[in-house]
Amino acid sequence: MNLVLMVWRQENARAQGHMQRIEAKDVSPDMSFLEMLDVVNEGLTEAGQSPIAFDHDCREGICGSCGVVINGVPHGPQPGTTTCQLHMRHFRDGQVIVIEPFRARAFPVIRDLMVDRSAFDRVIAAGGFITSPTGSAPDGNAMLVSKHAADTAMEAAACIGCGACVAACPNASAMLFVGAKVSHLGLLPQGQPERWSRVHAMVAAMDAEGFGGCTNFLECAAVCPKNVSSDFIGRLNRDLIGAVFLARPRVASNDAG
Amino acid sequence: MFGLIPFFRSTIGKKVLMAVSGFFLFAFCVEHVTGALLFLRGPDAINGYGRLLHYSAALIWFFRAGLLTSAVVHVTFATLLYFQEFGARPVGYQNRRYLRSSYAARTMKYSGPFLLGFVIFHLAHLTWGYNVVPGPFIEGDIYANMLNGFRTGWVALVYLGAVSLLGLHLLHGAHSMFESLGLRHRRIESLLFGFARVATVVISVGLALAPAAVFFRIIGG
Amino acid sequence: MSESLRNDGRVWVPLRAGDQRPPGQIPEAERDYYLERRYPSFGNLVPRDVASRAAKAVCDENRGVGPGGRGVFLDFSDVISRQGEAVVRERYGNLFDMYERITAENPYKVPMRIYPAVHYTMGGLWVDYNLMSTIPGLFVLGEANFSDHGANRLGASALMQGLADGYFIIPYTIGSYLAGSKPGSGSADQPEFDAAKAQVRERASRLLARRGRRSATSFHRELGKLLWENCGMARTAAGLKQALARIPELREQFWREVMVPGSQEELNQSLETAGRVGDFLEFAELLCRDALTREESCGGHFRQEYQTPDGEARRDDARFAHVAVWEHRGDGAEPLRHTEPLSFENVHLAQRSYK
Ligand code: HEM
Ligand code: SF4
Ligand code: FES
Repeated sequence: MNLVLMVWRQENARAQGHMQRIEAKDVSPDMSFLEMLDVVNEGLTEAGQSPIAFDHDCREGICGSCGVVINGVPHGPQPGTTTCQLHMRHFRDGQVIVIEPFRARAFPVIRDLMVDRSAFDRVIAAGGFITSPTGSAPDGNAMLVSKHAADTAMEAAACIGCGACVAACPNASAMLFVGAKVSHLGLLPQGQPERWSRVHAMVAAMDAEGFGGCTNFLECAAVCPKNVSSDFIGRLNRDLIGAVFLARPRVASNDAG
Repeated sequence: MFGLIPFFRSTIGKKVLMAVSGFFLFAFCVEHVTGALLFLRGPDAINGYGRLLHYSAALIWFFRAGLLTSAVVHVTFATLLYFQEFGARPVGYQNRRYLRSSYAARTMKYSGPFLLGFVIFHLAHLTWGYNVVPGPFIEGDIYANMLNGFRTGWVALVYLGAVSLLGLHLLHGAHSMFESLGLRHRRIESLLFGFARVATVVISVGLALAPAAVFFRIIGG
Repeated sequence: MSESLRNDGRVWVPLRAGDQRPPGQIPEAERDYYLERRYPSFGNLVPRDVASRAAKAVCDENRGVGPGGRGVFLDFSDVISRQGEAVVRERYGNLFDMYERITAENPYKVPMRIYPAVHYTMGGLWVDYNLMSTIPGLFVLGEANFSDHGANRLGASALMQGLADGYFIIPYTIGSYLAGSKPGSGSADQPEFDAAKAQVRERASRLLARRGRRSATSFHRELGKLLWENCGMARTAAGLKQALARIPELREQFWREVMVPGSQEELNQSLETAGRVGDFLEFAELLCRDALTREESCGGHFRQEYQTPDGEARRDDARFAHVAVWEHRGDGAEPLRHTEPLSFENVHLAQRSYK
């Protein structure tokens, strides 16, 4: 199939960007979106032009590196699918495909379709560590976790930190990401000691990075490649409210952790 | 453990304030529908209701202060959040598709300010008695003032337009306020959306009946 | 070739070379369940190196399936008819979904097509028992070091190594190195830094000189194919010698003709790729040299000259019961091979058999 790509090109963070029209010829429907870009890049290189810069790593939907806005939707038209796992058979021959970087103040463009998502790393770092005792493995039944809590924590932990939720949100809000990160520890016994300080610090870091607030649009959950549920935004709200109104200062105790 | 000030500085805290103030404004709207419907039952009903409200000066000022505070908080934090959100995406998309967000949600920032303008107009018309509509203002005769105002075509249309915008604002606002307080879960989602729809219809239709009845000369023809 | 899928799936190809019929139209009698045939007791569950080699072998006989002929069937129809689709979905649902996403074929209805691919490396940088390399202070963990792996080093064993190195070794060994070094003794304006910087810049400028018209990726592909054929799952002395003759030519051509767009003043993914391909071109040669020197078959290293009459790996413990490491002696100079004998005190070496 033949396609017309309209791609955002930008030399570096300070440069003025523009859309470039690039033809992609003889694209196999079995290619992934990134493989299609690889082939286009090979052609650009051979023609002496600069190839399109884009982020990628695992190419199997688990690392969260890839991600571009395809025809107005982060990660493109297939629900629950990262850009690297999106295949060209979901496009039509002759289709015009508009490809743009994730847009947010907290995600400045590095080049073309690559953005700097280290804001997410700083939010995670703000969450800090858990004071669980290390050493030999704990006894299997020493710490009971309900099936429901385990499943829900797992659902939250599915977040790969790709940033599509921010890219999709009309406010460029990071609530889904932060909700997922706060919840997957907050739901487990190991995450309880720092539960309130963690949510407080992560929300403060989120705001400091310049993400917008949540207006309950739910665009985030609609594009999340890992189907992280917007329930975690509710949990984030409740946890922060809990941190203000319920949390008692922790009294130093003798027991470990 | 954490102070209230940092909490209300955070985006989540600001939204909590918007939700709580929005809830009071919403509750007022529900109450307001009662008043507006009494208009349909004639002068005695609505004027009596007005007198009832004025029965105790302390009480009415208590409610007024609550409403005013809510309005100020609501508008202030809406503005603060709006600027924050505006700044959060300096370069927009060339091509944008929405998957799940409603039109009502995306237009909150426009329907809101129009409502603010209307509320001022509405107070000038019926509470303060300023000369914003043609005809005389009679202190204490709510019925006559409403009838007089709505008889002028554009005034009725402004009211009808405003209650439509209010409907749009509440279609999102009446579930969003619960969600902003953390009441969000797949199990209650349809309940909240249903509540918002019913409340919206009740409020906007209820408030539209009086101006519409006069506009079409069903009352006062 | 995930073992978990092979618990229930059966691997087969058509008996006849060049058979293009869809799987459903190939009758039982014209199928070759080659793993079950060759390894009656382990069947489809032989280890990955054996299964991979066998898959490549049948494809090289032109019996591979699917477009391009590089694939073998992994068929679940037996287990589905025996235990029902629900059971299979419960077991492998996510893997099946992943497969369907990639191929747009429903593996509950049509057999999967699978083929081995390179996705992990064996071997790595030499380290001592504290995980420090020959460069003092440079510690190497996980997949990057040469240490713990056997016949294969996929998924679980590589992750285990990362965890073992990270949790149980480095926390106890790095401390003693750090205790012996004074903080703040290095600074970025020492001549060594300038020299290193100049060296990197010079290398980048050479790559960016735009002398030819070939992309780094095309060199990468050619090199990859060369290694896949000659230094892949099955090797011969002839093939390795051929690769050893070709790689220096390719390397020379690379530095002469590679075309890297852009500059080194900003982010340049083409330059990154070219730099890596430049490294691969050196490393590939060492890899072939190592494979040629080890005149036996052992684990993932299968030399076709050294096999038992029924095609199994034949080790030569008398000559090769050792770990080997190559010392880099400067660009262009022959690397030097060091060995460290493997001695087994409790469990002794034996020949594996999956018959
Ligand atoms: C009759 C008057 C009004 C009522 C009943 C009302 C009600 C509400 C409610 C219930 C919400 C949901 C709160 C939440 O999501 O947490 C809301 C949100 C909002 N209101 Fe109002 N409101 C009124 C007037 C206004 C005015 C005058 C403005 C503008 C200046 C305004 C601007 C907004 C905005 C921008 C939001 C969305 C905020 C966000 O989600 O980030 N509203 N309103
Ligand atoms: S919540 Fe979903 S969209 Fe957001 S960063 Fe995580 S995986 Fe990506
Ligand atoms: S490249 Fe890793 S998730 Fe797409």
